[in-house]
Order: sequence, then structure tokens, then C-alpha cells
Amino acid sequence: MQMKVEMKDLEFGYDPNVPVLKGITQTLDKPEFVCIMGPNGVGKSTLIHCMNKILKPSSGFVYINDKEVREYKLKELAGHMGYVPNASEDSFPLSVVDTVMVGLQNDHKFGTSDDDLQKVYDVLRLMKIQHLAMRDFNELSAGQHQKVMLARGLVRTPEIVLLDEPTSNLDVRHQLEVTKVLSELPRQKGMLVIMISHDINITAKYADRIIMLHGGGIYAVGTPSEVITKENIRTVYGVDADVIDVNGRPHVILNESLEDSEDI
Amino acid sequence: METNADAKMMQDYHRYTFRKILFIAGCIVAMFITLGYATTVGSSGITIWEAYAGIWNHFFNPDAVDETIDWVLFDVRLPRIMTGLVAGMSLGVAGAAMQSMMKNPLADPYTTGLSSGASFGATLALGLGLSVAGVGGTIGLVTTAFVFSLIPAMVIIGVSSLRNTSAATMILAGIAVMYLFNACTTIIKLTLSEQSLSAVFQWSIGDLSGSSWTSFLVILIFAVIGTIILMLLSKQLNILITGDKNATALGLDAHKLRITLLILISLMAASVVCFTGIIGFIGLVAPHIVRIFLGSDNRYLIPASAAFGAVLLMVADLISRVIIAPTFLPVGVITAFIGCPLFLYLLIKQRKSFW
Repeated sequence: MQMKVEMKDLEFGYDPNVPVLKGITQTLDKPEFVCIMGPNGVGKSTLIHCMNKILKPSSGFVYINDKEVREYKLKELAGHMGYVPNASEDSFPLSVVDTVMVGLQNDHKFGTSDDDLQKVYDVLRLMKIQHLAMRDFNELSAGQHQKVMLARGLVRTPEIVLLDEPTSNLDVRHQLEVTKVLSELPRQKGMLVIMISHDINITAKYADRIIMLHGGGIYAVGTPSEVITKENIRTVYGVDADVIDVNGRPHVILNESLEDSEDI
Repeated sequence: METNADAKMMQDYHRYTFRKILFIAGCIVAMFITLGYATTVGSSGITIWEAYAGIWNHFFNPDAVDETIDWVLFDVRLPRIMTGLVAGMSLGVAGAAMQSMMKNPLADPYTTGLSSGASFGATLALGLGLSVAGVGGTIGLVTTAFVFSLIPAMVIIGVSSLRNTSAATMILAGIAVMYLFNACTTIIKLTLSEQSLSAVFQWSIGDLSGSSWTSFLVILIFAVIGTIILMLLSKQLNILITGDKNATALGLDAHKLRITLLILISLMAASVVCFTGIIGFIGLVAPHIVRIFLGSDNRYLIPASAAFGAVLLMVADLISRVIIAPTFLPVGVITAFIGCPLFLYLLIKQRKSFW
């Protein structure tokens, strides 16, 4: 299974004169759990939206499996990539099964086959929400919504999956559980999982690789130990922290916000 | 263990689907019963069985046709009842699709400003005798109202094609055009005689009394073609209600789909409004009442809204014919009088929110 995301001199700005992202060059080409980190407004969501054609880059290129995203039809691109938004925009709610079924992209056929249902139940079980199957989406809590959206993004087992802060509404236990499940997908299913995350310690515990954004560009890329350092946290987040080693992974102890750091 | 659990979940899902299909079947049966009963109401006494037998004989057993019953059914009552049936069907379907595509529970087939365009066209035809077809009378009125009702939708399509716009922008553009057309209509009304003003007023409140087999056929064609296409697009509508970003990521061009839907809905609603005037409430309320029982899955919502919209409009028309017989109230008034309390009752009774 081929999975390659390649960005070359990628630039994007909502206002042409104010680029949010600039000079992004990075290749991700193997099954791994990649986390994108950085402060609010740095362009994390913008970056993944440039990968799946929700946004069109102002300049530069994004190649998915060696083909430029602009050359992809939406349907074809969606066949390679799953997506999990950070918040639900669902207006008229369907049942949980039907909500997840939408992710199968089988809108060419009218009915629901047992095969489709089986795929839905498998992913509901993966997210540990099989008991919610017949509930209406709008009856669920924010955390449960997030798990249903994760299930919708993963139900097709795409080669690449983009996740925009998929654990932001989950409590600590569920954050750990879900992040662990996501981190196992590259090994178990051969997927390239790209996730935006704000939780430094959970990211440090599970990520194979971290991309840290700062000032519209990539500030650091590497393993958690290479990227999560006292200096990087100080520069990127404006926070004084101590980084200790726990079982070979960095663990951050936050001290205080630096008053003279740039307001984000 | 998992196989058993999956089998149980599949059984639950199939039962859940079966309940939806049963509801749709119930609505269709109610539609035929209402149709049969409506043919019995009037100055000439016909029983419901005579009515069904009369319809059957007309098509399949011409030798057994009773001339009087046949005349009452096919020349007097059925054109109106059948027009009500297809108009209700069209408005129900158009309303369901409009609410889903706009992701807005307040949307109805007239959200695009269609009714204001149609009113302007009708005012031109009835008040000033201007007609796009170059002829007066009913044909002039119907064609002018039809053409003008589509102008607001064309403006929205034009505006949204300049930039990929959201559903909310489309609604706002529709409201802006509506105000412009209403202002134009008011200007013309100021110049009209009392008699012309009365005709324009009569048209604007929605009425099935001018129905004919022609109006039935025209509305039927748009209703059937529109409903079939919308049913085929129902899974895409289900994707659209999950939000534009998600729809794009799932390979759906939300903007293009919205334009296609807008054209379809406008044609369906325009075909109704040009013959019957503005019958409000059916397009708004029928899909919501169906949602309370069926949920928002467009695969079931669209056919159910078709059948329920038809029942609602036929019942409203029936009441409008008998409530102050021998004269009658415009059906547009009745749809609001029965639709509003029914809707409020269901809203209060409903424990869970359905949008």
C-alpha cells in the first residue's frame, strides 16, 4: 500500500499579503504516527486542509502518492485519505451507525449491505462505542461525538488519515485510550496517521514523529526526544518547562508562561 | 461472542430500517384513503366505495361506468384533489431537500425568494396584463409566475458562482432578492384598480380551486422527476449535512451539489406556485413532522415527506371546502391553521431534539 505525502515550498494565506504558512517542505512516506504541534493560530489545521484540498495552497505543491493534489478529483483524493474534523458540524442528526456509514463514501448505492454494517461495527468496536450504535448523534456528549467522528474517518481504513485535534473533548483516560489506538494503526493496518495535537505529554508518549510549527514554518521535525526539548518549548510556546525522561520518552513538567514571549 | 453481538446489532439496524419503511407505507396508505374520502365530499353524494369503483371503472371497466359519478369525479373533484396531492408531494419533498441542503430547519421551498418572484410575475400578469408567453388568461398568468419565480434562484446561483459560498450566504442572498421583488410588487400594486388588486390578493394566498388536469400533469411531471433525482442524491445529502469541510474530505463538491439541488427544488416549487399561488407551511412543516418519526436520513425523509406533504395538503383542502360550505376558505389559510397546532403539539411532546 503506497502512502506518501510530500509538501514542497508550500505557502498559504487567507489574505494574500499575510501568509499563514510559508516554505513548508516535508515528506511523510511510511506507516507511522505523525503528530503536528504548535501554538494556536500557527496553521496546523490549515496545513492538513491543504493536504486534502479543503484549502488551495497560494503557492508551492502538495503531492499525495506522487500526484499533485490539484490534479486529483475530490472523490479520487478522498479514496486515499480519511479526515476527522475537530468539531462536529452535523446539522440534522442521523443515528450513530448512519453517521459512521457516511464515511464509507458509498453514495452511489441506495441501500445498506451487511458488509457495510460489519465495517461500521468493527470501527465502533475499535473506538469502544458499539453500545451507542443505534443512538441519535445529537443525544451524545461532546466526547462521544468526537469518537463517532473518529470512527467515521477510520471506517474505510484509508492509506492516510488526517486528524484535527481528535481528542480535544475527551477526558484524560479516553485521550490516552484513543491516542494509543491511533498510534497502533500504522503497525496494525499499515496506515500513515497524521494528527494535530495540543497535549505535549500524550504526544510525546505515543508519536513516532513530531512536526513542530512556529512562525508559519516547520521549526523542528524528528522523534519526540529530538523535538520536545526545553528550548523548543520555550521558543515555540513561550513556556518555561522541564523535560525529564520517562521510559525513554520525554515528559514535560510545565513551570510558567514567559511574560516577555510573543502573544499568540 | 463478537459474531453474536454483530448479528444482534445488525438485527437492531434492520428493525430500525423496517420501522422507517413501515412509516412511509403508512403515509402512502393514508394518502390513498384521504384521496378516496375527498372525492365523496361535495354537493353530489358519492360514497367512498362508489368513488373507488368509479375510478377503477373509468380506467379498467368502461362498460360499467356511471356517467354522473364519472362526471363528478373526473370533471369536478379529482382535478382539484389530484392537483392537491401532487402539489403537497412536491412541496414536502422540496422542503425536506431544502432544509438538508441549507442545513437549516427554517428553510422551505420558498427560502430562495421564489414566492416573491412568483408574486411579482402574477402581479404583472393579473394587474398589468403583461405576460412572458404573449397571451393573457390562465396560460399568461402561469407562465409569467413560473418564469419570475425562478429569477431569485438564478440570482443566488450567479452570486454563489462568483465565489464558493456557504449555505447561510445563499439564504441571505435569497432574502435580499425577496425584498427587492416585494418592493417591485408593491410599486405595481399602488397603480392597480380595486378589481385587479383583489385578483392579485386572491392568487397570493394560495388556492386549489382553479386546478385542472393540466395543472395536475405539469406539477406531476416536475414532482416525479424531482423526487426520483432527489432520492438518488439522498446519500449525498446525508454527506452534505455533516458540514462542507467534511463533505469535501469525503469527495463531495458541496458547492456543485447545492447548485444542482437548488435548480431541482426551484423547478419543483415553481411548478406548484404558478398554478396554486403561495401555499405556505407544507414545505416547512411536513418534513419536520416526518423527522420527528423517522429521523433525518434523507433516504427515508424524502419519500416520507412526499407522501405526508400530499396528505397534509389534501386534508387542508378538504377542510377548506367544507368548513364554511357552500363557499370555501383558501387552502393556504387552512394549512397554517392545522399545520401550526399540530407542529407545536409535536414539538412540545417530543422529548429529544431532532435537529
